[in-house]
Amino acid sequence: MPQQSIRVGDSAQVRYLLRLADSCLILSQRLGEWCGHGPILEEDLALTNMALDLVGQARGLLTRAGQLDGKGHDEDQLAFLREERHYYNPVLMELPRGDFAFTQVRNFAVATWLELLWQRLQSSIDAEVAAIAAKAVKEARYQQQHAADWVVRLGDGTAQSKARMEAALSTLWPFFNELFADDAVDAAAVQSGLGPAWSELQSEWQQAMDAVLDEAGLAQPKPSAYVSAGRQGVHSEHMGHMLAEMQYLQRAYPGGVW
Amino acid sequence: MSDNKQAAPAVSNEWPLWEVFVRSKAGLDHKHCGSLHAADAKMAIQLARDVYTRRQEGTSIWVVPSNQIIASDPGEKGMYFDPMEDKVYRHPTFYQLPASLDHM
Repeated sequence: MPQQSIRVGDSAQVRYLLRLADSCLILSQRLGEWCGHGPILEEDLALTNMALDLVGQARGLLTRAGQLDGKGHDEDQLAFLREERHYYNPVLMELPRGDFAFTQVRNFAVATWLELLWQRLQSSIDAEVAAIAAKAVKEARYQQQHAADWVVRLGDGTAQSKARMEAALSTLWPFFNELFADDAVDAAAVQSGLGPAWSELQSEWQQAMDAVLDEAGLAQPKPSAYVSAGRQGVHSEHMGHMLAEMQYLQRAYPGGVW
Repeated sequence: MSDNKQAAPAVSNEWPLWEVFVRSKAGLDHKHCGSLHAADAKMAIQLARDVYTRRQEGTSIWVVPSNQIIASDPGEKGMYFDPMEDKVYRHPTFYQLPASLDHM
């Protein structure tokens, strides 16, 4: 009999943690798709190292979210047994991995955002979350620097690399909005001291983007009013395919370990 | 760190080759652990981190353009190193120390 799906409750604090945990988990899965396909062996390892950093962060947060949810779900169950509508990552994370330019632009934008978020979460009222953040902030800092170097290198590179970077930027740009859209979940996190409202990060994030894109000689696309709704569980058409692949083993062999 | 260091010239389309030295902990020397391809010095350091320190092997990394290493000629190995074979008196253990100094 296939494994039944699980649900988590509607608590704002669980939702807040799952938004971040799922961001790490889903982007990790996308980065993992580079394994064996990197442009050179060294960068292949760099990308999969980042994927492993992200999955480590997701594990800690999923475990904590499971504890707070109080239904006895562990990290694996939360990672593999929810239905699509109960994943709360921004749509940005689930977009297909794209070409190398797309991957580096997304990594740069997300790592910049994560570094700012982890910095603040170090003073979370939740000691577990603060401890995860203290470890993760170093990982995000390295990823941010590595990706920023690629953005400059490719933006300021050949005609082809520049064109690919411009294409990646224009595809990704509208999806960045969701990283800074607040709602009641953020307000509750601020209220309880669990973490910052994501909108608090926007001006610093924008400054970092400005500096690196400027150095790369890349123009920023026009602002978009579109706000995706992954944080509410409303995902793109890519999410279901991705989850089917991610969840296959746990669904077919419930509780399977290696 | 300079990004303009000249590394080994690219073979066909490959990035230059760099030799990587890793120090496992403070106080120990940097040890050669391998080589990698990277476009410049900064990238070489980052990729060395990703390739050679994944299992906590390092606390410090050096990279050196491979073409900056001057090596002895393997063909001259005999001339260079064989003459030392029969000069055991160059080892301190060759000498009998006075009893009061023994087990130094």
